[in-house]
Amino acid sequence: MIAELGHAALWLATALAVLQMVAGGLGLRAGNEAIVALARPAAVVQAFLATLAFLLLLYAFAITDLSIKLVATNSHSMKPFIYKLTGTWGNHEGSMLLWVAVLALSGGLLAGLERRLPEKTMSATLSVQGFVALGFYTFLLISSNPFERLPLPAPEGSGLNPLLQDIGLAIHPPTLYIGYVGLSVAFSLCMGALITKQVTPDFAKVMRPWVLGAWVFLTFGITAGSYWAYYELGWGGWWFWDPVENASLMPWLAATALLHSVSVLAARDALRTWTIMLGVLAFSMSMLGTFLVRSGVITSVHAFAVDPERGSFILALLGLYIGGSLIIFAMRAGHIAEGKRFSATSREGALVFNNVMLSAILAIVLLGTLYPVFTEVFDVRVSVGPPYFNPAGAIFAIPMFVVMAVGPLLRWKDDKPQRIQFEMLLLAAIAITVIALVAFFGSYDILPLLGLAFAAALGVASLLPLRGRKLSRVPTATWGMVMAHFGVAVSLFGMASESAFTSEKLAAVSAGGQEEVAGWTIELQSVDPIAGPNWTAVEARIIATRADGDGVLLTPQARNFWAPSQATSESALLTTWDGQLYAVIGDQAGVDANGNPRWQLRVWWKPFVTFIWYGGLLIAFGGVLSIIGRLQVDLKRRSAAKRGKERRDDVEALGGNAAPEPAE
Amino acid sequence: MRLLTALLILLAAPLVAQSGMPPAPYAYTQLEDPALEAEATALMETLRCLKCQSQSIADSDAPMAGDMRHQVRSRLLAGESPDEVRDWLTQRYGDYVSYEPTVSATTWPLFAIPLLLLALVGLVLLRRLGRRGTDEDAEA
Repeated sequence: MIAELGHAALWLATALAVLQMVAGGLGLRAGNEAIVALARPAAVVQAFLATLAFLLLLYAFAITDLSIKLVATNSHSMKPFIYKLTGTWGNHEGSMLLWVAVLALSGGLLAGLERRLPEKTMSATLSVQGFVALGFYTFLLISSNPFERLPLPAPEGSGLNPLLQDIGLAIHPPTLYIGYVGLSVAFSLCMGALITKQVTPDFAKVMRPWVLGAWVFLTFGITAGSYWAYYELGWGGWWFWDPVENASLMPWLAATALLHSVSVLAARDALRTWTIMLGVLAFSMSMLGTFLVRSGVITSVHAFAVDPERGSFILALLGLYIGGSLIIFAMRAGHIAEGKRFSATSREGALVFNNVMLSAILAIVLLGTLYPVFTEVFDVRVSVGPPYFNPAGAIFAIPMFVVMAVGPLLRWKDDKPQRIQFEMLLLAAIAITVIALVAFFGSYDILPLLGLAFAAALGVASLLPLRGRKLSRVPTATWGMVMAHFGVAVSLFGMASESAFTSEKLAAVSAGGQEEVAGWTIELQSVDPIAGPNWTAVEARIIATRADGDGVLLTPQARNFWAPSQATSESALLTTWDGQLYAVIGDQAGVDANGNPRWQLRVWWKPFVTFIWYGGLLIAFGGVLSIIGRLQVDLKRRSAAKRGKERRDDVEALGGNAAPEPAE
Repeated sequence: MRLLTALLILLAAPLVAQSGMPPAPYAYTQLEDPALEAEATALMETLRCLKCQSQSIADSDAPMAGDMRHQVRSRLLAGESPDEVRDWLTQRYGDYVSYEPTVSATTWPLFAIPLLLLALVGLVLLRRLGRRGTDEDAEA
């Protein structure tokens, strides 16, 4: 019954999406109020149904219902319970259902909570949101039905990839999807505002929390994913410009540009068309990311060509939504004035500059990701990796960091650079000092060197907007900006430090043997077999000691899973304030002179590597503060308006002219 | 996310060889000279493990990646330059093995488009921020 209920809920949700689309669309003309009023409830009920469908699939995975094809091919009755649950979205159909459920949920939240927009704009927005949802329901039901039954229940499931049997799978995909799909609301709002020609600061204020919220989740999801790959893959890499990583970075870059642009629109009524363009771009990148990951086109163009149904479907949706939005944009662009003007040396000027830089970095990432796919069609295989992305991205990232340091110090509309002369000199001095110091003590590549310098200067610069202000009176949203910018500096420091200062030690060691790496003494005590719920492993007991400190026990494992049959390395991490010691045990490697078996050990000392993810968390936290700040201001304004109205009503009531109206 | 697609390939070709041939000597052994080893690491990080999904030979347990690491280290030890080793590998395995694309008949757009982008960025900034007076506050 579970599968049939879920399937039915999805079909009902699809029907409601049609209703939402049509009812919202009718809202553009007067006289259809009865039908138009259905758009909001349709979105809310739809959110309920799609969430229900997802929860039912979750339940099917929890009880390992092997009569459902998806469960049988992706789960196993002996798997630990938590991984049975997270396995729900560790496959194509389940993750698309999660995608659609989040889409419906955010649409429902928008319909249920948002009361500030003009009704017409709201109707158009809901109509677009319904249209987007409809496309993805159709995709799910036609080409990726998660509730398909097997003719005969399978005796046992095939299991989940061991790399995915990790708490990382519980966190990373859901947060990333909430971010991806949250941008759909920004997209629908942009379209709604464009169709009804309401690209105003009020519209920007409505859109801002959605963009910020999606961006917080994206930031957190990317950070979590990077840390997950770092400890799970067993080689200590945290970013490889892999197409799938790029697929999550591109929406983030667009969303970062969008959220700065929307702030300018809200505060200064400038950058109207720009904001709309970025809103379209951000969600387009979300959909493109979904296409790249879900179509299999990245793994191999030929695999995609053999089974093109899913890929072509998403590609068609992509064309429909991007093409459609661009057509609306072209038709309306003439009606939307660009907004208030400003000079180059103003805060808006700096924000525009950095939005252009972010867009350029996005273009580089897009090019480097799609180009190999493109040439593969012509049977030419090329690889584009870090040696391309790092320098090509740096061309635009370096000026961006410079402007990011001084931008928040500038005034709106127009400012004189001379006013912040002292700050600029201070930051330049910091950067030059760092470069000189680091270059004096060793020879490093230019990019890590610049990274360290910019991290120091940016770290100081991000705090400068607080200078000379009473800290208790600084608005929460400003704290958010300071925190997020400081997080960028922290993260940059971690990245630069990791690439400049990492020490590596590979060795074949027998029990009792010692090795040295970067001031740490590593002693292999023993290697023992152990067993887990669905794996067996050898576990090394390693004592790591630094200087005259106490020894710390590390227990990396080499695991062999039996369903499906696969080996993984479970790294052991020792975190200190100034970095991480990363230990992995490999295969047995012959015997030593006394006939004792030797084991391959890989140990890295990565100074300040953790700052990469601390920085990511700070950035996300800054976003949260910013949302809180905006909501505070909004609530304050609303309650002030309410009190004012009450007072007027009281005065009227005292005058005895009219009965008091109920307060809102 | 990277893990999610990595699994497709991993399932087809398990990462770690459970048995069989012992790895080549320099697959898991560093070079004595730290400067040379640093060169080797830098080079290995830009070479693709052909049996894996989006991994360099510097971070893969695949036997083939081990063999390639052995090739890189022993060739550098024999006095070849990193570029010579890269050339040798691309002759054997094609451009696909190198993560560092070079300008060629098939890859020139990778370099031409960023230059165009640079020009475009300049143009956009000039139009948007260039010749604006500060006092004209009128809406367009």
